Amino acid sequence: MNWINNYVRPRINSIFSRREVPENLWSKCDECGTMLFHRELSDNLNVCTQCGHHMAISPRDRFAGLFDGGIFVEIDVPQPVTDPLGFKDQKKYPDRMKAAQKKTDEKEAMLIAEGDIGRTPIVAAAQDFSFLGGSMGMYVGNAIIAAAERAVELKRPLILFSAAGGARMQEGILSLVQMPRTTVAVQMLKEANLPYIVVLTHPTTGGVTASYAMLGDVQIAEPNALICFAGPRVIEQTIRETLPEGFQRAEYLLDHGMLDRVTPRTELREELITIVRMLMKKSPAIKGDLPAPGAQFDDTPA
Amino acid sequence: MTHYLDFEKPLAEIEGKAEELRAMARQNEDMDIEDEAKALDRKAEQLLKELYQTLTPWRKCQIARHPERPHCQDYIDALFTEFTPLAGDRNFADDHAVLGGLARFNDTPVIVIGHEKGNDTKSRIERNFGMARPEGYRKAIRLMEMADKFGLPVVTLVDTPGAYPGKGAEERGQSEAIARCTEKCLQLGVPLVSVIIGEGGSGGAVAFATANRVAMLEHSVYSVISPEGCASILWKDAEKMREAAEALRLTAQDLNKLGVCDHVIAEPVGGAHRDRAATIEAVKNAISGMLADMANSKPKALIQDRRKKFLDMGSKGLAA
Ligand SMILES: [Zn+2]
Repeated sequence: MNWINNYVRPRINSIFSRREVPENLWSKCDECGTMLFHRELSDNLNVCTQCGHHMAISPRDRFAGLFDGGIFVEIDVPQPVTDPLGFKDQKKYPDRMKAAQKKTDEKEAMLIAEGDIGRTPIVAAAQDFSFLGGSMGMYVGNAIIAAAERAVELKRPLILFSAAGGARMQEGILSLVQMPRTTVAVQMLKEANLPYIVVLTHPTTGGVTASYAMLGDVQIAEPNALICFAGPRVIEQTIRETLPEGFQRAEYLLDHGMLDRVTPRTELREELITIVRMLMKKSPAIKGDLPAPGAQFDDTPA
Repeated sequence: MTHYLDFEKPLAEIEGKAEELRAMARQNEDMDIEDEAKALDRKAEQLLKELYQTLTPWRKCQIARHPERPHCQDYIDALFTEFTPLAGDRNFADDHAVLGGLARFNDTPVIVIGHEKGNDTKSRIERNFGMARPEGYRKAIRLMEMADKFGLPVVTLVDTPGAYPGKGAEERGQSEAIARCTEKCLQLGVPLVSVIIGEGGSGGAVAFATANRVAMLEHSVYSVISPEGCASILWKDAEKMREAAEALRLTAQDLNKLGVCDHVIAEPVGGAHRDRAATIEAVKNAISGMLADMANSKPKALIQDRRKKFLDMGSKGLAA
């Protein structure tokens, strides 16, 4: 790890250091009930070490595990008009926003960043389900557009991790039009011949699935992730019958031809490096210990 | 027989009374009721005007869903000539919730695509109440590709409660079909104009309405979620649909202010169903105007224009 300390490029304006995880705290797997050390769980990217159940992971923790040395640079997102409709249900939308910001310590439901994975430069975007259900509003739309623009500028692939209950109702039609807006972002990548890889995580539903989350060159999902347009409850109410086991889960979608792969989170990084390097016509990734920066290695297109 | 909406009840009573009087007079020649009946007519007319001047968003939703409102097929029959329906997605089925085909509009060949809800029990079931399955979106994609290939403008007529939430639809990739249809809209090098004639329900609507120009009938609605759905999620009570309709800003007037709808098409007093011919004529003029706007645009410019329209959307809120 010593080389990382003096490996600071000028562009890097935020370096993530893994948040301190208390050594002695336990957490229960909601699938198998095993008690797991917090540390053990976070070291395994929030995947149960006993049963392999994938629990939620924040975009920041995901990026820490994804990028080389946990180093990434956040990309600025143009701030949209706040509360464009003056929306109020039982609570005011700005109050819901404040509560979500407090709970997650994040500004909004998507984090975008640039950095290297296996010495392969990429741009990444990750959606935060714990922030108002990851819902897609203008900010998320702006984030995806900014990520795509940055990827095109740097000629890098974009890897997007989706997680959302759908569109953000509190922004009304302006959340719905993020479907075409984000599709424009996907088109920018396509026109630049840059790979767009989508990793669907639990849950990805509604207008998010029906736009940028289904338009990847490669579609990967985490195991058992719920991926759908209409949720199972809505369907059960409509057709009044019980749905089959595993309906709308990642493996079910894979079986129905809707996905390329279902890959456990712990294997995702390697897989993404492999895929992206092939699509970018780069030499195979160097396995094992990386040479220190400054050392020569072949990174020219094969 | 006219179908009255719940808020039109007082109107139904007055119009009913006038009708009763006239029926009695037809039976009994000595009766002179004409003055009285005419007075009732005037009263009804006045009330109708008042009711429709102050429509709440929820009432607009009700009008947008009115069973006698002109539907896609009515517009196609009246506004297009030589309509030649083209069916099927070449993969699985033909979706009867989506009408589409070649037609002439003002003699110019176009591709027309729209959701059809049906107008009686039998046709409503056949049309799946205007809720398209993946096949419907894939049929639309196929037709849009044809339009692009032969340089024909595309006209879409949007009227759907939303894409169908069913088991098979999910298994066959409802999300992917909608996403690809929206993507296809954005790729077209021909003019794409859209009219929301009734309900613009969520992703099922946006897949057809990602257009260069979007017009909405005065009492149509366009929303990310139905008021009932929104109410059950945010208010935990589907009965709060009035509040939800208010909060969602789903009326043509609000969407016009937000830059989502370019043009509001006036409806006759009492809504489109009270004067279908006048409504259809107004929609015709709107489509003509929108197509004329783009008559000389090059393919690249049309694609850029559509992209820019959506990228710029939402830069100002309603408060502005
Ligand atoms: Zn477990």
